[in-house]
Amino acid sequence: MIKLDSKIPDGKLSEKWTNHKFNMKVINPANKRKFDIIVVGSGLAGASAAATLGELGYKVKIFTFHDSTRRAHSIAAQGGINAAKNYQNDADSVYRLFYDTIKGGDFRGREANTWRLAEVSNNIIDQCVAQGVPFAREYGGTLANRSFGGAQVSRTFYARGETGQQLLLGAYGSMNRQVNLGNVEIIPRREFLDVVKIDGHARGIIVRNLVTGELEKYASQAVVLATGGYVNVYFLSTNAMNSNVTAAWRVHKRGAAFANPCYTQIHPTCLPVHGEDQSKLVLMSESLRNDGRIWVPKKPGDTRGPNEIPEDERDYYLERRYPAFGNLVPRDVASRNAKYVCDEGKGIAGGKAVYLDFSDAFNRIGKDGVKDKYGNLFDMYANITGVNPYNVPMNIYPAPHYSMGGLWVDYELMSTIPGMFVLGEANFSDHGANRLGASALMQGLSDGYFIIPYTMGNYLGTEKPEKVDVETNEFKETQQNVEENINKMLSINGKQTVDSIHKRLGHLLIDKVGMSRDEQGLKEVINKIRDLREEFWTDVKIVGKANDINQTLERAGRVADFLELGELMAKDALNRNESCGAHFREEYQTEDGEALRNDEEYKYVAAWEYKKEGEWELNKEDLEFENVKLATRSYK
Amino acid sequence: MNRLNQFFNSSIGKKLVMAITGIFLILFLIFHLINNLMLFGGPEFFNENVARLESIKPLIRVMEIILALVFIYHTYTGLKLWWKNKKANPEKYAVNANKENSTVYSRTMTITGSLIFIFLVIHLYTIWVKYNFGMEGSEDYFEVIKIHFANPIWAAFYFIIMIFIGFHINHAFQSAFQSFGWSSKKYTPIVKKIGTVIAIILAVGFASIPVYFFYISFGGQG
Amino acid sequence: MSEKNIKLTLNIWRQESPEAKGHFEKFEKEISPDASILEVLDEINNHLEAEGKEPIAFESDCREGICGTCGFVINGQPHGPLPKTATCQLHMRNFKDGDSLYIEPFRATAFKILKDLIVDRSGFDKIQVAGGFISFNTGSAPDGNAISIAKEIADEALDAAECIGCGACVAACKNSSAMLFVGAKVSQFAILPQGQPERYERVQAMVKVMDENLFGSCTNTYACEAECPKGISVLNIARMNRDYFMAKLKTGTNE
Repeated sequence: MIKLDSKIPDGKLSEKWTNHKFNMKVINPANKRKFDIIVVGSGLAGASAAATLGELGYKVKIFTFHDSTRRAHSIAAQGGINAAKNYQNDADSVYRLFYDTIKGGDFRGREANTWRLAEVSNNIIDQCVAQGVPFAREYGGTLANRSFGGAQVSRTFYARGETGQQLLLGAYGSMNRQVNLGNVEIIPRREFLDVVKIDGHARGIIVRNLVTGELEKYASQAVVLATGGYVNVYFLSTNAMNSNVTAAWRVHKRGAAFANPCYTQIHPTCLPVHGEDQSKLVLMSESLRNDGRIWVPKKPGDTRGPNEIPEDERDYYLERRYPAFGNLVPRDVASRNAKYVCDEGKGIAGGKAVYLDFSDAFNRIGKDGVKDKYGNLFDMYANITGVNPYNVPMNIYPAPHYSMGGLWVDYELMSTIPGMFVLGEANFSDHGANRLGASALMQGLSDGYFIIPYTMGNYLGTEKPEKVDVETNEFKETQQNVEENINKMLSINGKQTVDSIHKRLGHLLIDKVGMSRDEQGLKEVINKIRDLREEFWTDVKIVGKANDINQTLERAGRVADFLELGELMAKDALNRNESCGAHFREEYQTEDGEALRNDEEYKYVAAWEYKKEGEWELNKEDLEFENVKLATRSYK
Repeated sequence: MNRLNQFFNSSIGKKLVMAITGIFLILFLIFHLINNLMLFGGPEFFNENVARLESIKPLIRVMEIILALVFIYHTYTGLKLWWKNKKANPEKYAVNANKENSTVYSRTMTITGSLIFIFLVIHLYTIWVKYNFGMEGSEDYFEVIKIHFANPIWAAFYFIIMIFIGFHINHAFQSAFQSFGWSSKKYTPIVKKIGTVIAIILAVGFASIPVYFFYISFGGQG
Repeated sequence: MSEKNIKLTLNIWRQESPEAKGHFEKFEKEISPDASILEVLDEINNHLEAEGKEPIAFESDCREGICGTCGFVINGQPHGPLPKTATCQLHMRNFKDGDSLYIEPFRATAFKILKDLIVDRSGFDKIQVAGGFISFNTGSAPDGNAISIAKEIADEALDAAECIGCGACVAACKNSSAMLFVGAKVSQFAILPQGQPERYERVQAMVKVMDENLFGSCTNTYACEAECPKGISVLNIARMNRDYFMAKLKTGTNE
């Protein structure tokens, strides 16, 4: 049993962070350079952390498996970044952003963390502007905002549809400046494969050089993991091809608790699968739902084209079931209902898609009006599908998009392994059971620019860790473990390709641990995943050598970890006998088909402790809500 | 001096050298063309004019030296760029798709430039040397040209090279503006057009001379 | 979505290591026109792996055209024949039944081939490290609206900042020049008020490292702009030329 000490400071919610910053240890500037810090991952969280820690004077090494730190998947975020600036004078405030985030997370997030996120959100915008991030502007020269993801205030800052790219390049620039000054060293094309613990503390890492295949050891006095989310476990998702859980998972197996793995967000407006060879799914902004109407044919198996189906034979199922919100219901509701109608056989284009129809909007504001608002999205759709959405309704289907779950961290973002900090999507901390639009970028940068620089000092100042040598036994043993694991995989020499097993895992998970879950399905899927894992370890085929560029081997290691994570996701979903946020259990719904929370029994963070393969112990961190009243969502 | 040195050794500095010397050479060509077109004024008109230039020989000599230095520096920097760029890009693609993304004029600057260089050597050797050292008391400069282009090989050679000069200048003019940093959405299309017009005028103007003399060598009326 | 599959001949560059001699390997493939070209390579790789043969090494990540990881040359054009499109966004419906494709890595001395279609573009990062930033410590920023920036200025800066760092400009250039890439970054900060204090140091530092990293020199063919998946304008190169010249004229700027 791990002791989960969330270290949430006492005092008023709005003063916790300020007080805590004062109470934490600080290290004098001259001493900072004596500390080596390793950062793994170079997305928004990792790059901003490396930049800021470097500015403070720490000696930072940052690792990425990409060829360049600028490639991290934060770069693909389209929509924007929230902040409680209230520039639009529409009654926004830190409190409102906090409340929206807590409520959006269906009251399964930590109050103190979420408040802090809202509190520093404003500093992020200032910081990014100063770095030269070209945010959208009004004609008067002030920053522009838009309303995003159904928020009632306009608090989203953006740079066209490329906000993630611009923010990441801003952090990348700041980090490059520290490289220039000699405080940060970038070590690319390295994959994190294990953490080295000395006396229980994280003191180094083992990475594989992806060009030479060599295993390399790096020592430090603290490790920061910012390796992103894990929805690629579903095989098809909006994540990048290389996004994976390996770093987080290997750390989990070394003793870091994994929290709420079943909280995965499935985004409703993605381009549907076109065939078995599809490699990934592409997200389209959910703003499309503002003017598009979602429907399926009433008759299952209807093979007519969309324009041949008369109005009275169409089922506008969201408008029918949720008359008040209609097509603008939250992401999880929209996704789940798409799955239901497709399960009923009404899905189009092979069964796994629904129509998003703009005919009404064309009549109301004309094709040009639609083009003004959504032109780039329509072009993107036409480019990818080869179909003109001005003539034929779009086909859409939900796709896994973001993981709210992740490694458990305390208020200082430290995992249950001392000295191992986890930032960004890789941790579980700020979004509860569901994440609001435009909040992921905010969290990544908040963790990296404004939280870790303080909490890292507190850890190093308290523990005063000594420098360690990579030739110690702990390093050698860990490296040997990694090596054995690689050799074991290479020696299987079975018949199935890595991708084929990953695809099968994805099918199992999207079906049973996706948009809706139930007890029987979850129990079944746990066994199936175990069998699949067994198949992997006896029948996978990995060609190529260990000491060369070997992308199959890279993928195999990641899939091996996904095969374990998948089981834990199902276990967590099975344990949580309630519906909340993105986690919907069929057994727990109101008469109207709404998510039914069970605050009495499940108002906790499920932090899973790894025992051995297929065996975990559940630790609970009780969530206390002192500042908000637990309410029930309703979109009827 | 160090800063200057650094500047001229940088890739951008070299481009600026090409641009400045190039513009200078274009100006010279315009001047040269004006003089040449006087051939159409007939032997007397032309010969008088050349004689007038002869009267300011010392100034002409200074100009010639400057021109030669500029030309040599232009050629030298061009070759240096070519060599550097060849090292930067030693391998070609299996399919040549250059025409999809760039103009033939821009891609062939080294080739047209080299041809112009060879041409110039020949041109100096045949006409310039003749004018300066081979007139043996005669002042009929017109006749020299007339005889020269009566030879179909010479006429054809000059004609073809003038087309290449046009190609070279068509790219060079707007390219120089880009190297100076004087490009903008608004003016660059106009600059490109002006460059093309200058290129056509120079090419057609210069090429008209061998064509004309070759034509009258058949007894055509001048 | 189109239905009829098309048959293609793909000649794909195979090269074991930077030192090894490469060659084209031929694959005949029947594929869905809705697949992207990377999915075709995935498919070929799946077959190769099933047969116990080494798959084709190529890089890709977001497959949404923004990360800049993917990219190779298709029939002589970086990112293929479609303008303003990254390789991952190139769908097979843009080819005809019976077409023959030559797929090879971005070629330049500055981009060493590591394996098959993977090249080393670390020269780009070195240029960025030299000056692709605004020196600014976290925490000291004034309010975001303290600096007023006209919409056109912000838009123009973003036009330059959209560069995805894929390297297609270098690959397309007959001189393997990186001027468009460097020009885009220099321009972004030269346009914005935040970038002014370091404007002239920045351009000198970045050009110096660009030259040191074996990129060629620009001869204004503008193939870079034509092949850029983001359509970055060569006007950014002009701006850099001007700034570089001005930097050398000004006193008090270093390098």
